[in-house]
Amino acid sequence: MMLKSFLKATVFAVGVSMASGAMLTPSLADMIYNRGMAAEPESLDPHKTSTVYEAHVLRDLFQGLVMQDEKANLIPGAAESWTVSDDGTVYTFKLRSNGVWSDGSPVTAEDFVYAFQRLEDPATAAEYASMLYPVVNAEEVNNGKAKPEEMGVKAIDANTFQVTLKAPTPYFLEMLTHQAAYPVSKASMDKLGADWVKPGKLVSNGAYTLAEWVPNDHIKLAKNPKFWDADTVKVDVVNYIMTEDRSSAMKRFEAGEMDSYDDLPTEQLADLKAKFGDQIRVGPYLGTYYFAIKTDKEPWNNPELRNAISMAIDRDFIAEKVWQNSMLPGYSLVPPGIEGYTPAMETFSDDSQIDREDKAKEILAKLGYGPDKPLKMEIRYNTSENHKNTAVAIQEQLKPLGIEVSMLNTDTKTHYSFLQQKGDYDVARAGWIADYKDPETFLGIARKASGNNYSNYDSKPFEEAMDKAAAAGGKPEERMKDLAAAERILMDDVGVIPILYYSYHNIVSPKLHGFDDNVMDVHPSRFISKD
Amino acid sequence: MLLYVFRRLLTAIPTLFVIVTLAFFLIRVAPGGPFNQERGLSPVIQANLEAQFGLNDPLWRQYLNYLNNLLHGSFGPSYNMPDFTVGELFAKGLPISIQIGTSALILALLLGSTLGVIAALNQNRKTDYGVIALATAGSTIPTFVIAPIIQLVFGLSWKLLPIGGWGDGALINKVGPVLTLALPQIAIVARLMRGSMIESLRSHHIRTARALGLSEWSVVVKHAVRGAILPIVSYAGPTAAALLTGSIIVETIFAIPGVGRYFVEAALNRDYTLVMGTVVMIAVFTILFNLIVDVLYAFVDPRVRYD
Repeated sequence: MMLKSFLKATVFAVGVSMASGAMLTPSLADMIYNRGMAAEPESLDPHKTSTVYEAHVLRDLFQGLVMQDEKANLIPGAAESWTVSDDGTVYTFKLRSNGVWSDGSPVTAEDFVYAFQRLEDPATAAEYASMLYPVVNAEEVNNGKAKPEEMGVKAIDANTFQVTLKAPTPYFLEMLTHQAAYPVSKASMDKLGADWVKPGKLVSNGAYTLAEWVPNDHIKLAKNPKFWDADTVKVDVVNYIMTEDRSSAMKRFEAGEMDSYDDLPTEQLADLKAKFGDQIRVGPYLGTYYFAIKTDKEPWNNPELRNAISMAIDRDFIAEKVWQNSMLPGYSLVPPGIEGYTPAMETFSDDSQIDREDKAKEILAKLGYGPDKPLKMEIRYNTSENHKNTAVAIQEQLKPLGIEVSMLNTDTKTHYSFLQQKGDYDVARAGWIADYKDPETFLGIARKASGNNYSNYDSKPFEEAMDKAAAAGGKPEERMKDLAAAERILMDDVGVIPILYYSYHNIVSPKLHGFDDNVMDVHPSRFISKD
Repeated sequence: MLLYVFRRLLTAIPTLFVIVTLAFFLIRVAPGGPFNQERGLSPVIQANLEAQFGLNDPLWRQYLNYLNNLLHGSFGPSYNMPDFTVGELFAKGLPISIQIGTSALILALLLGSTLGVIAALNQNRKTDYGVIALATAGSTIPTFVIAPIIQLVFGLSWKLLPIGGWGDGALINKVGPVLTLALPQIAIVARLMRGSMIESLRSHHIRTARALGLSEWSVVVKHAVRGAILPIVSYAGPTAAALLTGSIIVETIFAIPGVGRYFVEAALNRDYTLVMGTVVMIAVFTILFNLIVDVLYAFVDPRVRYD
């Protein structure tokens, strides 16, 4: 009796406190794509974003001058055509006459002038301001030395937008596919102020509009009927569903709560492949996992020693055992997959691991290191089970060479602030993901002036080769050869120690069509359909 | 009584002030800042970002600005999610955490104390051992194990519950998180209740009540339970503060958009304003619930008076 009434009260009380809010009831006719994502976008203001998670959502909301298709190839976006001057410095874009914002107003050249100036305006504090640094005066505007009006952007008429570059930049169009180069509606920003980016208010010019954003839950995009190519857009509603826990995400996928998810719990990769078959998609992605090694610090300033260390690292083992083949063994800073470019591999990449180990031992013996005089090396890495296991594997692999590896783990912010402030370290874990499809994005981080040059690499021949490539801007083939020559120098110097190439890892339902694998892991929802 | 509550609220102000001050300077001691990430920013861009958020001011000025904003009810913008202010993030997330937390708390208190009373009444019999076994299991299995099991069994195998997500607040989406959050608490409350109930049943006033020939129902519910409930009340205060401010594990595994994850995430991201907001939120909840417990004591225990 007592128990019963207590239980009743419990059920009632819990029920009352839980019952609020209503079920989401979509109409059956709509095609809804539930798109799982591993992290939350930071911002939906194209000029304030930096991560791939924002890139996915913004690619659906906005149209830059040029865009990427389902295979990450460059296609016309808000611009229907363009011409490049003979010297490669003036780009003239013809905007679509039927291009409109979601509020019905036309997308004009003035919108692009405003957007490009806003990206560089110091007050915007755009993290990706550097994406337009090739434009005349862009960098000067960004560091406060020039006014936004002095930038090399111009509206010739309502539908003609002209950009003038400092020097020929063959990858400029690729850079323009980045979300930092998307336009924003000045009219709506003037009217709404900081609120312009809120769901229901955000004016966009892409295939979708922003309907809802519940942080850490979902972002709902609705098809934009005013989009110039709306007839070809099949999915009516895209729900980006943020689920950080990879294992939960697999269960949500299995239960049909998601049609795709953009990450995998890689430690379960073998089991997942057995269970889901070809719904698991793993393939090369434009990213490199490398170790920075202080090239200006004793004893690491000896290229021979750096080479011996690099040689002794068994990348096959690390890729297979630590990363369950979710990463590929890497031997160059620029990963394979960029059309027209052949990465310059480390010279030993074809040798067997045993030969490499022997050679490395010889070098260390020659340099006087051995059991009696061990070499001490510290690896710094940011918190992650896989980073730790990678470092542990390398510790084991370097032991036979008489190298005593110690490890230091810090959280991500501490790690990168230490690296960026040029702290005192031997070897540090780092990674680089392509912002655009060009070797420059990778090789640039080894340049002396780069803030990402964690190895403090400083080589005159390398700088010269990079400058030569830049000068060959107008001739793509020659430029690619020059870049490869620069990478050759970097690899021979062991300016960085490449360990692995990144892979994309998606799980995709067979019901989805148009979710094509590509090295940029770019999947615009406008090309996707669902059974 | 009112005077007592008023006095307690007044003393909360310096407490909060000390907490805010300590937290403000402690998070700044951590190396790195909100804008250090894998892709290093150029000094110019970094400076632009810091200027935008006033991070280039001297620390004492930032501190005074923060206090000033706080007194005007503003927690400031989130550095990592600049589309939202910290206030907006709480406005969206806190009601969700409170719903899940309150449900779990009610479930834990009612079910836990019922089980505890039943165990105490059947001391050293099979029922008692059963409850103790359940309670031990419940409090030793961590939530990060319980949650995936609930997902697997109720979600994937029986298809009764969704695996995760908030579903715009649908009842069915809350079952898993509430159960996961409540189970260990049910276990703890049951054990606490059993212990104090056994003690209470042996006390003089219960013997007197029995001697006076009161009915068993009256003896147990009106007299024994009332005396035994005190430890539960003291336990419930801090527990309520913890449950209502969200759980990072439950919210992450079930993909629930509450505020529980912000404490850890914000600290790792060096999202200073969000860290501070979370600290203030947890401090306020803790102070408030401790006060509620003390007030409740006066009602439950006739020996306690605040006049």
